Amino acid sequence: MDVALLYHSEIDHINMVEFLKQPWPWYVAGPLIGLTVPALLILGNKSFGISSSLRHICASCIPANIPFFKYDWKKEAWNLFFVFGILLGGAIAMGLLSNPNPMEVNTKLATELAGYGITNYDNLIPADVMSWPSLFTFRGFILIVIGGFLVGFGTRYAGGCTSGHAIMGLSNLQWPSLVATICFMIGGFAMANLILPHILSL
Amino acid sequence: MQQNKNTDFETRSLDAMCINESHLQHKWYHNIKYLIVGVLFGIVFVKSEVVSWFRIQEMFRLQSFHMYGIIGSAIAIGIISVWLIKKFNIKTIYGETIEFHPKTFNRGQIFGGLIFGMGWAITGACPGPLFAQIGTGATVTAVTLLSAIAGTWVYGLLRERLH
Repeated sequence: MDVALLYHSEIDHINMVEFLKQPWPWYVAGPLIGLTVPALLILGNKSFGISSSLRHICASCIPANIPFFKYDWKKEAWNLFFVFGILLGGAIAMGLLSNPNPMEVNTKLATELAGYGITNYDNLIPADVMSWPSLFTFRGFILIVIGGFLVGFGTRYAGGCTSGHAIMGLSNLQWPSLVATICFMIGGFAMANLILPHILSL
Repeated sequence: MQQNKNTDFETRSLDAMCINESHLQHKWYHNIKYLIVGVLFGIVFVKSEVVSWFRIQEMFRLQSFHMYGIIGSAIAIGIISVWLIKKFNIKTIYGETIEFHPKTFNRGQIFGGLIFGMGWAITGACPGPLFAQIGTGATVTAVTLLSAIAGTWVYGLLRERLH
């Protein structure tokens, strides 16, 4: 009987790991992400926000006497620990809980992307257009370098990103954050539907 | 040069959403707890495919509910949490009162928001996912991250003229 029990619990364990390896549904992931807001507040009065880490990196490495970067960034070191944790979390998720199957996407999107030569769904980013070799193509340069620049410039100009405005700001019912979130979506819709197809066709 | 008159806290809070409200001084290892929250957060990011370029493309083409469900339920939990913290005056683990600062409107939220939205659709990542993607082994994303840091730096350089 003991053997049977042990066998049973081992099966349960394997099923649990298999379950965790599947992509997690939105109704599990969304609430967990939302819980980051009270977790950071209760652990030490920190407002959830990620893009500020980019500013702290500027302040610590290349302040260049610019007033915007002249502050005691060490007081915000918690934010750098937090984002480094996100990087480690990505490595752990990939190392231990990686989904062996290629990502399943909407068939309309797959058809559209195939037209640009994007057929590899093994990674979280499209390896056909975003990789070290493609970095030195015009298309790859726009996607990686120009895209990254817009993210860094835009988030700081807006005073926050998806975490700071859309999640933390809206959680505290701040209407300027609602304006920012609506503008994120307008910019994204315009880029994805009107401009990005031309970039991917290059 | 008005900024030179600001206190350090005021300078740090300029246009910033992520603010350290705590007035306590701690040794560096107290930050380990934020590293742990970050690790858990990063695992959720990858396993829910929030950090996938493909999921972001679906979102901006209205081809999937996934991202809307995630952002919507995260906001709902956030609103309830903040309401509970205010209602019951919940303190931090160090006994400090939790502070919230209202956000003031400026045109940056419109122009910056549009610019970030365009970058989000191109790179398929907001700043958090950039870190997670590097962790998953997509090393070329480190270039995207460096470029985002450069973008933040250029904003800092031009800030006086933009607002």
